Amino acid sequence: MGSTLDTSGLATPRAAGLPRRMGRFNRWDTPWLNPKLLAGVALLLVILLSGLLGRFFWDTDLAFSGKAPLNLPPVGFVNTRGQAGTWEHPLGTENSGRDMLALMIVGAPNSFLVGVVAAGVGMTVGVILGFSAGFIGGRVDDVIRLLSDVTVTIPSLMVLIVIQSLMRQVDLTTMALLIAVFAWPTPTRLIRAQVLSMRASGYVHMARLSGASTWAIMFREILPNLTPYIFASFIGNATGAILAAVGLETLGLGPQRVPTLGGTIYFAINAAALLRNMWWWWGLPTLMLALIFIGLLLINLGFDEIANPRLRRSSQ
Amino acid sequence: MSHSTSMTEANAPVLRVRDLRVYYETPKGDVLAVDGVDLDLFEGEALGLVGESGCGKSTAAMGILQLVNPPGRIVGGSVELGGRDLLKLSEEEVRQIRWTRLALIPQGAMNSLNPTMRVASQIEDVIVAHEGAQRKAALRLRILELLRRVGLPERVYDLYPHELSGGMKQRVCIAMAIALNPRVIIADESTSALDVVVQRVVAQTIQRVRHDLGMAMIMIGHDMGLMAQMVDRIAVMYAGKVVEVAPVRALFAAPRHPYAQLLIDSVPTLRERKPLRSSEGITHDPRNPPPGCIFQLRCPHVMDVCRSAAPRLKRVGPGQWAACHLYAEPAAEGGRHE
Amino acid sequence: MGRYSIGFIAQRLGIFLLTIWIAASVIWLIPRLAPGDPISAMIMRMSSSGGRVENADKIIAGWKERFGLNDPLPVQYVRYMGNLLRFDFGYSLAHFPTPVADIIGLALPWTLGLLLVAVTLAFFIGNFLGAIMVWGRTPGLIRAVIPMFMIFTSIPSILAAIFLIYVFAFLLEWFPLAGSYPLGMKVELSWRFISAVIWHATLPALSVVLVNFGYWTLGMRGMMITVEGEDYIQLARAKGLKPFYVLYRYLVRNAILPQITAFAITLGSLVSGQVLVEYIFGYQGMGNIIFAAITSQDFPVIQGASFMLIVITALAVLIMDLTYPLIDPRISYERN
Repeated sequence: MGSTLDTSGLATPRAAGLPRRMGRFNRWDTPWLNPKLLAGVALLLVILLSGLLGRFFWDTDLAFSGKAPLNLPPVGFVNTRGQAGTWEHPLGTENSGRDMLALMIVGAPNSFLVGVVAAGVGMTVGVILGFSAGFIGGRVDDVIRLLSDVTVTIPSLMVLIVIQSLMRQVDLTTMALLIAVFAWPTPTRLIRAQVLSMRASGYVHMARLSGASTWAIMFREILPNLTPYIFASFIGNATGAILAAVGLETLGLGPQRVPTLGGTIYFAINAAALLRNMWWWWGLPTLMLALIFIGLLLINLGFDEIANPRLRRSSQ
Repeated sequence: MSHSTSMTEANAPVLRVRDLRVYYETPKGDVLAVDGVDLDLFEGEALGLVGESGCGKSTAAMGILQLVNPPGRIVGGSVELGGRDLLKLSEEEVRQIRWTRLALIPQGAMNSLNPTMRVASQIEDVIVAHEGAQRKAALRLRILELLRRVGLPERVYDLYPHELSGGMKQRVCIAMAIALNPRVIIADESTSALDVVVQRVVAQTIQRVRHDLGMAMIMIGHDMGLMAQMVDRIAVMYAGKVVEVAPVRALFAAPRHPYAQLLIDSVPTLRERKPLRSSEGITHDPRNPPPGCIFQLRCPHVMDVCRSAAPRLKRVGPGQWAACHLYAEPAAEGGRHE
Repeated sequence: MGRYSIGFIAQRLGIFLLTIWIAASVIWLIPRLAPGDPISAMIMRMSSSGGRVENADKIIAGWKERFGLNDPLPVQYVRYMGNLLRFDFGYSLAHFPTPVADIIGLALPWTLGLLLVAVTLAFFIGNFLGAIMVWGRTPGLIRAVIPMFMIFTSIPSILAAIFLIYVFAFLLEWFPLAGSYPLGMKVELSWRFISAVIWHATLPALSVVLVNFGYWTLGMRGMMITVEGEDYIQLARAKGLKPFYVLYRYLVRNAILPQITAFAITLGSLVSGQVLVEYIFGYQGMGNIIFAAITSQDFPVIQGASFMLIVITALAVLIMDLTYPLIDPRISYERN
């Protein structure tokens, strides 16, 4: 019979189980515009850009000791010796004559660098190992799983302390690489779990049946579906890496020649800045780090909500 | 099994649903999952509720049980159990009625049992919740008796759900449902997730239990053949509305509503070869149903009046009601009882 | 049910021993990657960074004697491992001839005490908050306030420690600035001593709890939402069970399982975080002695303390692994 079917705006019936893979999104939802995600990215961009571009507007030599008057507070405040802050050093100085603003400008991107390098290396290794474990299986899988269990259990800071207390000079990249040694287990597990579940799924079987090689299957079928997980996991790893770096730096084990936020805090604590009420010395790097971590957390939460739509509804 | 037809007006139904509406909120408007459903369930009878996927039968059951979760909500109607409208009761009153008078045998016994509790504990907790604390020994005997009734061995008592097969889990659910001897049980696709052999065992268990205990049952399913063997009457749903209600034999012999005809036609028989009629499923947007008859877009007999006026359930035979303009209004019957 | 298989226990124990062995070997190996013998290298570093080492010759000789540094490498390794088994970490360089084990022995109980309290509190509070965030009967006000506290989750415990010291110890003077108990107070089992200890430990514990609870809250909230969508919850409600009973026996009891697994995995970073907190507060635990050792380049102490912390973490994970099957019946006691 002539029935005109009105197919415009057909509701896509939501399956009872929510999609575990993030490959497709409903047409009327743009989950990528998640407010938390955007806020986090914006925050980090502001910090990063002010760090990278700041060096064009402010003399970063001031971050290395010497020329400035000591222990000045930020503009508008007076320190315990009655000196007032000046616009020459808007964020104050510390007891070696280093300018706080310069320290922030140099230190913040350094933290990002450590996070990115450590997380990047860790994730690359993790993805490769995770794939191998999931795909090849057998002995390889057993060994990788065992190693990742062991590495995860060991408190990374302890071993890093042992290593770095022995090294005379640590530079930023070396520290990042050392941290990366402990960053690979989590992505490995994640990727391995995903690979195992995808291996058994229909579309991989189809690819196998049509004669695709193992590599082709890995890269063309599985990897694209893993991308969202890899991104989300990267943020988590970067957070952990920066955390580890800050821990080492505050203990005095960070790079000595390069200004870092954690290192600044180390000097502050050792000069009893807390007791001398030089709050800007430890407070500014603390605040900067807090902002960086909050930004990373927001991005993480945003990703969580994108991956699990049920969380979205509850937060509204 | 057609005794109920002569009793339709004589007995008040034990469960009486009128104009039940359950809508789901979506960003683009409400989905009218259940849109004005009327049902009567009589003492001791088995009523089948059938329809294709998405027709709203499970949602209707959840509406009756008041287990509708957001984004769904009950918009209106009444559900009278033994004279009291459940939709008007407080939460605590509903909680007390649950399981004691109205129980559920869920679908997919796959995941309906708490994975961290033994079978015995799960049956025990519902008994204790409604009857108060009891002596352990008596309770144990009672639970063992329930398990025996559904044909499960004694050892199941101590097992965890993951140690049971699908059929066993389904039967545990049945045992649990009869524990407090409710008047009404709703069985939601209780045999759907099982393979054919196990299906038969479970279906027989349900029959036996019904026969022994005499409760009324609403059975939801989409397997017409299986349904035919288990129920006294069948209500056919399409897109949120009941389109036909009839005793089993009458429905299979002479379905009146065009959709019911489509359904019956699609049941394969050994006797004749039927041409494969492909039907498309619910074709209109559930948020925006067409005015008039809900089936108009697929109906082979659609008329002008169908596009403007929604047909109501009319008596088209003894105990048989259909919502279709093809049939004339019956001469003064009084009321819309099924 | 009710009987652990030997295979299961052996497997978990094996992983524990492997972890310890790898950690110990790595710690042993690192100083030997530098040229020369390790002990001279340590002493040279100490003196080059300005620390004075008395009796350097005696130390070197005694050490070589005790640890057979003149023996071939494999023999050294075996002796080292043997010593470790007896918790013999050698002598402290900065406090020669005090054995490292003594120094650690004094600090370890403080760390363990703080760890137990802070970490358990963080876990329970966090999961509790996560659960009530999802439960329908929680007042909206509480639900709105909780995420505000979760801001602390993002920052590392050390920063929270600094902030707390400044505000509550320095500015408000509600709590002491440093130490695990007042200087000079007698260490005894009296109420006076214990209450002083609690007073001193409050801010350090708070640092750890504030920073960690958010993680559990988020996780539990997610798990509760997931479990809430499961069929057995719907059936529990259909059964007319009391709402509070459904909350704890059906919802929480199932949602908490992955949280416990996550707990075992995060123990390592929890320990690391606490070490830093102890350092900031001058709390007389492992964190403090490690920092002192870093400053004075007292390498044997660094080695020994780090190793002990690794052992403790691995032990805690082992215990959790072994007890997990008791709460999740789906995990069999059989070897995987």
